Amino acid sequence: MGDHSHGSPDDSGTVAKAGAGDLDKFQDPGLPPHRKRLADTDPRAEKRAERQVALLFIISIIGTLSFFIAYFVLGRPDNITEIRIQNSMLGLGTTFAMLGIGVGIVHWAKTLMPDHEISEMRHPIRPEADRVDAENIINQVIEETGIKRRPLIRNTLIGAIALAPIPAVFMFRDLDRSGKNANEMIEQLRHTMWDTNVRLTRDPSGTPIKAADVQIGSAFHVIPEGLDEAENMLNEKAKAVVLLMRLDPQKMKISEGRENWHVDGIVAYSKICTHVGCPVALYEQQTHHLLCPCHQSTFDLTEECKVIFGPAGRALPQLPIMVDANGFLVARSDFQEPVGPSYWERGKN
Amino acid sequence: MATTTEYTPKTKTGKIANFVDERTGGSAMVKEFGRKIFPDHWSFMFGEVALYTFVLLLISGTFLTFFFDPSMAHVIYNGSYNPLKGIGMSTAYASTLDISFDVRGGLFMRQVHHWSAILFVAAVSVHMLRVFFTGAFRKPRELNWVVGGVLLILAMAAGFTGYSLPDDLLSGNGLRIIDGVVKSIPVIGSYISFFLFGGEFPGTVVIPRLYSLHIMIVPAIMLLMIALHLFMVVVHKHTQYPGPGRTNDNVVGFPVGPVYAAKAGGFFFIVFGIVAFISGLFTINAVWNYGPYDPSPVSAGTQPDWYIGFVDGALRLMPGMLGNFSFEWLIPLPWGWNTLSLNVLLPALVPAGIIFTLMFVWPWIERWVTKDSREHHLLDRPRNAPFRTAVGVAGVISYSVMWAAASSDLIATHFLVSLNDVTYWLRVLFVIGPILGFIVTRRLALSLQRKDREIVLHGREAGIIEMSPEGGFSEKHEDLDVYKRYNLAVFEDRKVIPAQPDAAGHISAKEKRRGALSKFFFEDRVAPVTPSELAAAKAAHGHAEVEGSEQDSIGH
Repeated sequence: MGDHSHGSPDDSGTVAKAGAGDLDKFQDPGLPPHRKRLADTDPRAEKRAERQVALLFIISIIGTLSFFIAYFVLGRPDNITEIRIQNSMLGLGTTFAMLGIGVGIVHWAKTLMPDHEISEMRHPIRPEADRVDAENIINQVIEETGIKRRPLIRNTLIGAIALAPIPAVFMFRDLDRSGKNANEMIEQLRHTMWDTNVRLTRDPSGTPIKAADVQIGSAFHVIPEGLDEAENMLNEKAKAVVLLMRLDPQKMKISEGRENWHVDGIVAYSKICTHVGCPVALYEQQTHHLLCPCHQSTFDLTEECKVIFGPAGRALPQLPIMVDANGFLVARSDFQEPVGPSYWERGKN
Repeated sequence: MATTTEYTPKTKTGKIANFVDERTGGSAMVKEFGRKIFPDHWSFMFGEVALYTFVLLLISGTFLTFFFDPSMAHVIYNGSYNPLKGIGMSTAYASTLDISFDVRGGLFMRQVHHWSAILFVAAVSVHMLRVFFTGAFRKPRELNWVVGGVLLILAMAAGFTGYSLPDDLLSGNGLRIIDGVVKSIPVIGSYISFFLFGGEFPGTVVIPRLYSLHIMIVPAIMLLMIALHLFMVVVHKHTQYPGPGRTNDNVVGFPVGPVYAAKAGGFFFIVFGIVAFISGLFTINAVWNYGPYDPSPVSAGTQPDWYIGFVDGALRLMPGMLGNFSFEWLIPLPWGWNTLSLNVLLPALVPAGIIFTLMFVWPWIERWVTKDSREHHLLDRPRNAPFRTAVGVAGVISYSVMWAAASSDLIATHFLVSLNDVTYWLRVLFVIGPILGFIVTRRLALSLQRKDREIVLHGREAGIIEMSPEGGFSEKHEDLDVYKRYNLAVFEDRKVIPAQPDAAGHISAKEKRRGALSKFFFEDRVAPVTPSELAAAKAAHGHAEVEGSEQDSIGH
């Protein structure tokens, strides 16, 4: 075979020369001759097809009946296995009921209805005369309103129409049901339930955690004490969940200002991913990595949860903690920066 | 008036028709549609699947609304699913459990609804691929292509709003991701989030709001768009594949009544049957396993529904940090610092934005490059439009890489490879995959066209081996029949149209760009065989080079 890419298209052997293309073209031989089906010529085949179609419809009837059997005979199942069985039987009954009708009709159409292809001419979408008429009508309508001659009417109308929908848009302001003003709305993203002396408790039982309970290698899912009584429990939980782990203090990198944020290597980090907010739920003890199962952002616990892989752009915020008089872990303060995904107003901490 | 009274119907059908016609003028409709011709091809069924799964969605969805309660009020579950008894949850989740366990057939309807949704978006997508690769979007159907694209977006919106309604752990985390993405939008992102959730995430209003979008607003717009879509199909008449007897001016196929109506109507029941089969035997979205939404836990290996996957995958592919460089930018502004989270914003908006923009404007790009404003009712075989097929495949690959990335963790666990490596490889593929795909596809299409040429010029191998007196063996070739030959030898032949000067003899920069694109698209092309080429090939015993130079001299 030749290589068509040699030379320019105009002198390659594959090209019909300009002007010759349309003349030197295979003529349309028209529709191929119609081939008769077996059922068109053989009455026995026709009868057989008829019986097949009827059989398919009968299968459908049986399918519908079996739906009712599943519905009534199995009654009201109360365990998951029986519910699954009922679901499968309802499904299969419907399957046969529908496929019987569908396959039957299609089989009928394919074997017994005429299979001659018919040719129909296309009509132009837009008769020329209609278009001229339409243009004239529109022009006449515009002329009769006189809108072109009366700019005062036109301009005030434009003004009125432009303004009128704005209230409809403004009504959506109260989609925010908190009743807060813009600044308060943004400000609440900076705060969580954590505060000085709020105890760290287990999620979901709410039992407080003693520093001595936290062994190296263990991890606790933590909520602030009193979360259950919070007014908007899920809203608070969505910001306040924390992971608590213990590391060898020697292995930890501690930056300036965070020296007293841990208790003998016990550290608490926000569980809300800084990417788009999934819970960073996986802790790999061996590597001290935290992994977000949603988008695989990986944070290195030994380096104050800085991002080492994945789409997150920022380290997990650390919760400063200490021990209270009874030996329980408590927060030293709220988070020092907003938790969770970034937002426009977040800015510098 | 006089004419209608003059007509006296004799048959029973005639009497009914007369009754209806005198009051509605319905006979004109029957006359228009009763024997309207539709061309038949298996690839035209994807659109039908889309329509029928939409009908199934309406039927099953209506059933579900009678039982579903979208409230986020806190309740203690006391239904018949024991593992969750006594657990606090939202009313929405509890009523989803009730539909599954305490309404007979409720689980089945949920399954039909969910599977239909998945199939619906799939069918819409495949239908659009069919339309794209066959060039069915060309004039006069550009606007219908746009309507179809809008329907695809609406389908995804309907899917996502519905996915979130059960308020289970999985869908709640999905909403949380949406919240994170919305918050990354500059200036207004935080407010949109507050407006959506009625305050802070998750709040207590988002499910009822998604519900009204899901059962009213989105489906209403979709119905409108579907009506518009089908109306335009009627106005344009259906496209058809080229072939003997099929021209740009006719439609060849079966009349609506009875054959096409029977086939298409029967096909609805087949689609329903298949959906019922899947729904009966394969459980999807077993919400009772996930538990109610709680912001703290999350299950590993979770996946969004397939049609959201490409956005989720894009989110995963984007690196947040490159070394110490973070894609989360602090923008200094007169009033202080603002945060621009490009690691979220870019992948969430840019790839989908590019794909959809290109998709919407492609008919106009092609029209502009080819300077072709004729009406096209004959489809292209994909191989006969190598440039378009290659562009389409490049798009499919970039979509698919993002889509695969949404399963990066599952790929890693199933094939026992490192998750990080999977992500790195997919990042590489995301960049070079579409380019490679474009090149390979174009070459493949050109090769297939050359194969067609060879078949036309040499004929069909007859399977008869002849031995010459000298002892040489050769296989006889038989001429193709005229119909097959017409199929292979006649197609739309697009050539490079170099940049043209305007009336003043000046070639504008835009026209130069058009010329360059035209060259890029059509430089390599395989022309259809002409009768004179065939005659020459036959004169040379049918053993001439398929594209040899001697045909060049004989060609005219």
